[in-house]
Amino acid sequence: MEIHPLAGSRTRYCSRTRPTKDSRSLHIQPVTCSDLQLPEPRASDWWHQLYPGHIPTSPLQKALLAAGSAVMALYDPYRHDMVAVLGETTGCLALPNLRDKMKNHPEGYRILQERPRIRLSTLDMARLQGLPDGSLGREYVRFLEDNKVSPDTRMPPKFVDDEELAYVIQRYREVHDLMHTLLGMPTNMLGEVVVKWFEAIQTGLPMCVLGAAFGPVRLSSRKLQVLATELVPWAIRSGLNASCVLNVYYEQRWEQPVESLREELGIFPPPPVRV
Amino acid sequence: MAAVRLWRCRCRALLSRPAGAVRARRGLAAGPEMHFGFQTVTEEERREKIYQVFENVAKKYDVMNDSMTLGIHRVWKDILVHKMNPCPGTLLLDVAGGTGDIAFRFINYVRSVRQRQLQRKLKHHQNLSWQEIFESYQKDQFNSLGDSQVVVCDINREMLKVGKQKAQHLGYSEGLSWVLGNAEELPFDDDKFDVYTIAFGIRNVTRIDLALQEAYRVLKPGGRFLCLEFSHVSNPLLSRLYDLYSFQVIPVLGEVIAGDWRSYQYLVESIRQFPPQEELKAMIEDAGFFRVDYENLNCGIVAIHSGFKL
Repeated sequence: MEIHPLAGSRTRYCSRTRPTKDSRSLHIQPVTCSDLQLPEPRASDWWHQLYPGHIPTSPLQKALLAAGSAVMALYDPYRHDMVAVLGETTGCLALPNLRDKMKNHPEGYRILQERPRIRLSTLDMARLQGLPDGSLGREYVRFLEDNKVSPDTRMPPKFVDDEELAYVIQRYREVHDLMHTLLGMPTNMLGEVVVKWFEAIQTGLPMCVLGAAFGPVRLSSRKLQVLATELVPWAIRSGLNASCVLNVYYEQRWEQPVESLREELGIFPPPPVRV
Repeated sequence: MAAVRLWRCRCRALLSRPAGAVRARRGLAAGPEMHFGFQTVTEEERREKIYQVFENVAKKYDVMNDSMTLGIHRVWKDILVHKMNPCPGTLLLDVAGGTGDIAFRFINYVRSVRQRQLQRKLKHHQNLSWQEIFESYQKDQFNSLGDSQVVVCDINREMLKVGKQKAQHLGYSEGLSWVLGNAEELPFDDDKFDVYTIAFGIRNVTRIDLALQEAYRVLKPGGRFLCLEFSHVSNPLLSRLYDLYSFQVIPVLGEVIAGDWRSYQYLVESIRQFPPQEELKAMIEDAGFFRVDYENLNCGIVAIHSGFKL
């Protein structure tokens, strides 16, 4: 489990999370690259990036990006980067809510402090594969292998203008595969739509809401029927009943059985349909 | 809030360029420091970064050009070729011609001129037999370009690859060659070409003075130098709208269509760093060209500079 270099040392980071009443300006400092073991930026570099990969954008640019990425994501569903950009540019209200939910929960607060990352380099795949069937770690690895996905393909955030919120959205993206595991949904279009419904209820991110609403347009009528009659009601019920899924320190729960984790969170067992 | 402030800082700094950058802008040997968009880098870094930019954008280059300029770049390039007015037998060197836009237009133009030539020739031969007419068509069929040739030279392998694929797709085969080369050090002999064009490429050259000297070298006496490039808008209202569009919309288009924000950010910044019309005219004159002149298109958004080697 890798600790994010900015963890804990909040005095050395970049921006305050809320502007104070007395000064309208936020005091922003560039991240010192010795912290992150990156090559030193030149003094004349324009962008005082709040985090590596950050691209500062104006409100107009964000609006254009949101519109453009929405259209492109619908036009070409394989453009996952567009879905990510849509999430970042429209999440300005939902992300602070999520962050506050995490802060007010002991496990979530620990996650925000330690900033763990789920990556192939940090996961001990051999150990996870050796865990008993039905445990979170074993089922997660099985999900990755069956669907031929990897946690390293998640895009890092670029357009979020607060480094803590950037971590929150990064965490949400990395936990997405675990959502698939917990809900038992594969990575085909139907499974993705179901997970989006669940996430829309849980996180309130507009990108999830849009994905849940517009995702089904590309499904066949038979699948739509299954979706509407069984899967979506179950996803909504589970989403409303479950506690915040980002407040779970998954890296410390690989041995826990999936069923027990589902019960703990409040996710109902998936309906017996073939997805 | 932070982002708005950062963005405003960048815009303010846009208006106040440091004096030291002027020499760098002229593309002269400004010591080791040069500009890459609004960043300051060494010469070698600049070459590498620009190479990477075009490597990244090569596949989506044409789509992006159409969407950024709303298709107007096609008109600009047409105007350039019409200004060139090549006759059959012209040898053209198109530098930084990557995806072949100018080369294909040149071939089309020369072909149509050649067609008209042949038709006129036939009209004058009033009393040819059908056999003679057929033979003359045969002879000229293999000469539809009238010995014109275009050499497309680009420093970037990816851009040339895309250009070659386009040529195959559109059916251009004769009269076209593709050469990998650096505009600052062209792999050609002296006094070889009739026309030298560089369309939207000279901005990316690290040493513009060297490129101009090379252009002078490879042109025949009487040869023409033509440069199509983004330039400075004098009209203040249009300039503000243009800046707004450039900085707000173009990087967004780059992100949405090509998935690459930074390359298009570099593009709009490099346009601002490029010397204005009069300065470029002076640089072309310094390289030895005569009758140097420029024509503004769209109020200065784009300018065509022309000079002759006499």
